[in-house]
Amino acid sequence: MAIDWQAFWLTLQLAVIVSAILFVIGLPVAYWIAFSRARWKFLVEAVVALPIVLPPTVLGFYVLVALGPRSPLGRWWLTLTGHTLAFTFSGLVIGSILYSLPFAVQPFVASFSGVDRKLIAASATLGASHLRTFLRVILPLSMPGLITGGALSFAHTMGEFGVVLMVGGNIPGVTRTVSIDIFDQVQASNYAAANQTAVLLLVVCFGLLSLVYGLNRKAWLFGPGR
Amino acid sequence: MTEPDISASVGSGLEPGSRPLQAKLRKSLGTSATAFSLDVEFTANPGFSILFGPSGAGKTTLLDCIAGLLTPDAERIVVGDRVLFDAAQGMNEPPSRRNIGYVFQDLALFPHLTVEENVEYGLAHLPRRERQQRAAAVLDSFRIRQLARRRPKGISGGERQRVALARALVTDPQVLLLDEPLAALDAATKSRIVDDLRAWNQGHGIPILYVTHSREEVFALGERVLVLDRGRIVAEGTPHEVLEAPWQETVAQLAGFENVFDARVESRHEDRGTMRCRLTDSTVGTLVELETPLVRAEQGTLLHVGIRAGDILLAITPPSGLSARNVIPGRIASLERRDVIISARVECGVEMEVHLTLAARDALGLAPGREVWLVIKTHSCHLMHR
Repeated sequence: MAIDWQAFWLTLQLAVIVSAILFVIGLPVAYWIAFSRARWKFLVEAVVALPIVLPPTVLGFYVLVALGPRSPLGRWWLTLTGHTLAFTFSGLVIGSILYSLPFAVQPFVASFSGVDRKLIAASATLGASHLRTFLRVILPLSMPGLITGGALSFAHTMGEFGVVLMVGGNIPGVTRTVSIDIFDQVQASNYAAANQTAVLLLVVCFGLLSLVYGLNRKAWLFGPGR
Repeated sequence: MTEPDISASVGSGLEPGSRPLQAKLRKSLGTSATAFSLDVEFTANPGFSILFGPSGAGKTTLLDCIAGLLTPDAERIVVGDRVLFDAAQGMNEPPSRRNIGYVFQDLALFPHLTVEENVEYGLAHLPRRERQQRAAAVLDSFRIRQLARRRPKGISGGERQRVALARALVTDPQVLLLDEPLAALDAATKSRIVDDLRAWNQGHGIPILYVTHSREEVFALGERVLVLDRGRIVAEGTPHEVLEAPWQETVAQLAGFENVFDARVESRHEDRGTMRCRLTDSTVGTLVELETPLVRAEQGTLLHVGIRAGDILLAITPPSGLSARNVIPGRIASLERRDVIISARVECGVEMEVHLTLAARDALGLAPGREVWLVIKTHSCHLMHR
């Protein structure tokens, strides 16, 4: 067995789901951070940025505890579905969302904040609601940040290891991702297989990022910077 | 098909002259070190009103308050009988519900939308067909229909100004705010745009508040002017009443003069840049004449002369060999101590207030009844309209 395709597809699935959910969660969070005047905003910013500096094992540990049958969340899920979240694909999704949150939210915030405030004011004086201003002015002018945030959270989820190991363990077809697979191969001194998988991950991530930066050059033609 | 669309709403009940903008508001900005406060009250009737003042006078702050982008600290803003803001009632319409057209200094055209999309932006509530018709009509009246599919980056400065005007006006606003929108344009382009704007407003009759810091622009527009200085409206009138050199400067400082007299222009000396003015409230028998800077006022014009009490020198012997052109004999009527200064009232045909230090009073041995000479430089005489 050279490349564990099952692990690869699982990882791909995880990354797609996580970055999609991060779009849904990340846009409002980023909007709030970019435009709120709340005094305690810095606390929210700090919490969002925490996964960047926290060791994945620490984050994974707390997620594992939170998902386990002894936490309220875990109990609730247990009564709802009959099994715990820990060591399942859903649990993996939750852990990954937390872990990749800053990689989506921070580029969003940066691009929202970069939108000329006068354009937002102009939109308001033309009768547009906050939502319409967001959809018609802020989002289109934030394309580079949206693309970057989406791609970074996708790529970051593709390659994560610590959180996955803590929360998901290593169950083939359920929680075994590519990075875990590589770790396994190396443990088994199967360097050739590890290399093949590693190259695949490298190529995919490089391809994705090149695509993003290539697209961003175009997107900037309409962006606020030019 | 173009004209009926934009004027349609006018025929239906909106009578030109019927819906003035009335604003009375206070707004403080900044920390104590950089504090700025705006405190104004004015009415802008349908048609142009020019808001003139130096940078930092608070012009944009005032417009932002009217548009709802800033919330005033107190008082109210009303258009016609519609209350936009009333601090006492806790009423504050958001900018999106005020129906006020605002053309920003940097125009703020949406860079990702075409000219047409920019203009249609404020019409989202209308069905598509009507939206397109109204946009087409306003694009025609501002002669930019041919640019409909271009983006703001691809058109000239003057064209961009037209787009910004069209975008603001297509929504049929009840007030139009223009924040130096034409500052960067050459005079010819500017006047063509203003003509189009005037033509548009013929049918609409809304108050247009036009902000500028350029005297030329004020004279060119030739409409009613409000002079804003350090957050206060210090003068109101036609450009000629308010702005003739150096009116505007002195008007803005009116409050600071202890001595203000009625005067009449006696003679003009254009070669020297001076005039002679007789103070008309001088008592019978003594005529006081002052040499003042030259302003554009004909001989016989009645005006005010303002002189600061601290700008007047006082001598106890007839002074000679001075550069100051005005030396007026008089007699001290009273001396009054205020903190560390002495306020002397000098009877010299008019009563003039002069400020001096305690030490000066003692050194000169001043007392009521003492004969003195007042020395006033030509440029210490500030002229104001009457």
